[in-house]
Amino acid sequence: MSKWKILLGAAMLCVCAPALAKVEVFACLPEWAALATELGGDKVSVYQASNALQDPHHIEARPSLIAHMRNADLAICTGAELEIGWLPVLLQNAGNDKIKPGQPGFISASDFVERLEVPTRLDRADGDVHPAGNPHIQLDPRNIAKVGMVLTQRLQQIDAANAAYYDARAKDFQARWSQAISRWEKEAAPLKGLRLVPYHKDSVYLIKWLGMVEVMNVEPKPGIPPSAGHLSDLVGRLKGGAADVITRSAYQDPKAANSLAEKTGLPVVELPYTVGGTKGAKDLFGLFDDSIARLKAAKK
Amino acid sequence: MFRKVTLAAAVGAAFAVPVAAFGADDAEVQKIRDEIKDLKESYENRIRQLEQRLEKAEQPAPAAASAPAPTQNAPAAANAFNPAISLILGGQFNNLQQDPKTYQIGGFIPGGDEVGPGSRSFNLGESELTVSASIDPYFSGFFVMSVNSDNEVEVEEGYVQNTGSLPGFTFKFGRMLSGFGYLNEIHQHAWDFVDAPLVHQAFFGGQLQEDGLQARWLAPTPMFVELGVETGRGTGFPGSDRDKNGVNSAMVFAHVGDDVGNSNSYRVGASYRTTKAQDRAYDDVDAAGVPVTNAFTGDSKMWGLDFVWKWAPNGNTVDRNFKFQAEYMHRTEDGDLAFDTTGSNQSGAYRSSQSGWYVQGAYQFMPRWRVGLRYDQLDSGTPNIGLVSSGALTAADFPRLADNDPRRTTAMIDFSPSEFSRFRLQFARDEARFNEADNQVFLQYIMSLGTHGAHKF
Repeated sequence: MSKWKILLGAAMLCVCAPALAKVEVFACLPEWAALATELGGDKVSVYQASNALQDPHHIEARPSLIAHMRNADLAICTGAELEIGWLPVLLQNAGNDKIKPGQPGFISASDFVERLEVPTRLDRADGDVHPAGNPHIQLDPRNIAKVGMVLTQRLQQIDAANAAYYDARAKDFQARWSQAISRWEKEAAPLKGLRLVPYHKDSVYLIKWLGMVEVMNVEPKPGIPPSAGHLSDLVGRLKGGAADVITRSAYQDPKAANSLAEKTGLPVVELPYTVGGTKGAKDLFGLFDDSIARLKAAKK
Repeated sequence: MFRKVTLAAAVGAAFAVPVAAFGADDAEVQKIRDEIKDLKESYENRIRQLEQRLEKAEQPAPAAASAPAPTQNAPAAANAFNPAISLILGGQFNNLQQDPKTYQIGGFIPGGDEVGPGSRSFNLGESELTVSASIDPYFSGFFVMSVNSDNEVEVEEGYVQNTGSLPGFTFKFGRMLSGFGYLNEIHQHAWDFVDAPLVHQAFFGGQLQEDGLQARWLAPTPMFVELGVETGRGTGFPGSDRDKNGVNSAMVFAHVGDDVGNSNSYRVGASYRTTKAQDRAYDDVDAAGVPVTNAFTGDSKMWGLDFVWKWAPNGNTVDRNFKFQAEYMHRTEDGDLAFDTTGSNQSGAYRSSQSGWYVQGAYQFMPRWRVGLRYDQLDSGTPNIGLVSSGALTAADFPRLADNDPRRTTAMIDFSPSEFSRFRLQFARDEARFNEADNQVFLQYIMSLGTHGAHKF
């Protein structure tokens, strides 16, 4: 009789054990790692596949990434072909059914937001264009909120035992987040109409959200580095007050933006782009605090 | 549904009771009214409870219920299911000091068709057409067709893959580039030099393809640990078609890899492969200089070690990065060698033990620009030829198998206007022939059209 009790106990332990294990989250990019930490708390273990100083288009499909993809319960990436140069290799080699596209364990964040700049003409002559639109969606905080809702839902689906926990964390985060959005919108009111020259087309969501204007880019075409000739052409076009600030993201080489700033007299602002890009961008809140503060400082 | 039925019953009861109570006195009416009131309240309570339960059932969690649905702007055209297609256009201009028709890797039995520097002047390289897509939820298909400058079409790869049906497992079947070592699995257009290392040319005749199946298992560890097996028809050099049932080659391999800090990552691997050759013919001349055809029949066993190290400051490869790569291979062939198969046709035992290696580095010193250096060396050893040790023939009857240490030094510089185009200039001093050096200059272009291909580590 007692033997049976022990066996039953062991069986129950086996049933309960998966609920005790943390949900392994593979986050392609720092912003999604930060979001998973906010929403998953101590019920998830988050692996961040890249950092803010790495160009998200060009991450090496390193063995360590494949190993972590193999062990993931949930993978969250931007999608819209941002990770096209490396994510397919990870998915093909990971041997993990849980995180295949179409499964609850795979989130392509850009599927759940309204993407800007969806090209009407697809031609590589226009540079490295993304057919699904501009993939740098994380710089509109309203997109973060939307992706957060999807992430909460998926966490609840994958780890049903902790559904209430995720619900509580989601409510708390979403409340703080929407307060922060109203605060940012107030703080950034003076930035309305600010004319930007970003290095790459990776700030369009921030620009649109805050009512700023993208005059042109330092890159001649997306993904094509500027040549000396192109830079001197830009200097000519920027003379006469056509723009207010030049911006570049933390992962981009400062040389081109700096030399352009020197020749035009325009200030150059380094934007964090994602969590960890600057000292101030410690988490998702810091990302927007710091981006807005840096732009405001340059405007003065 | 249930809610509607309960409601109807409640309403029915409320009307039915007063009709039945017609004609009773006031006290009784009051009593009945109270009863009805109680009944009503109890029904209303139940209805409320049911409604709440229903609501709960419909929405498992408030946060989940409000999660946005995917935005819909996918193309709805009939061709939406068309597979991903990409085309590689490649070509080169070669300047070769020695006549390429005399090219040989001295000391090694030749085989395969991708040996040597190619022809002089302008050459259309291999044009590679890749088509890939998911087949269904279980399989994906991958097809690479190459057309060479002689208008010969070849299926370079054509395999079906399943990944994840068993945790950590990836299965491939069809024709694939063999998983032996590191470089063999990588398509030519993604190489850092125009041509294959000498050791690949000598041991595989270029790149080893396998018609068969491959299984890989990835260990559930934070470190990358991969084990694999591969087996197949084994017709590619150094094997040959044996017209037999069953399989003709077997291979095992293991890879281990990890990151070292943010800036470095590596992969090391080991492979062992065995295959058989039957009447694997090659051309030579005898001691008198008369052309003869010889043929090997027997076992060909190989093992290899491979190592790749990549560096990029903070892991950001865009501005600067460095890739170091090295492979060592050893091959033992054991069997019979037939001399002059169309003439005297003498046969005797044959055993060779040969090795080769290369090291190479490619450094991107600024966006778009890379320089690279490679060194190749082979050791042919002196094979044991039964016909020679028995005195039937002399070593001079097998001039191609004389002891030789082929070597080559290669330098390259390449420029990539975008990630889809690349131009490369390469110089090589090739000492693969016996006592004769060849200075080679290549000017190459590689262009990629269509779907953005992801690259392996």
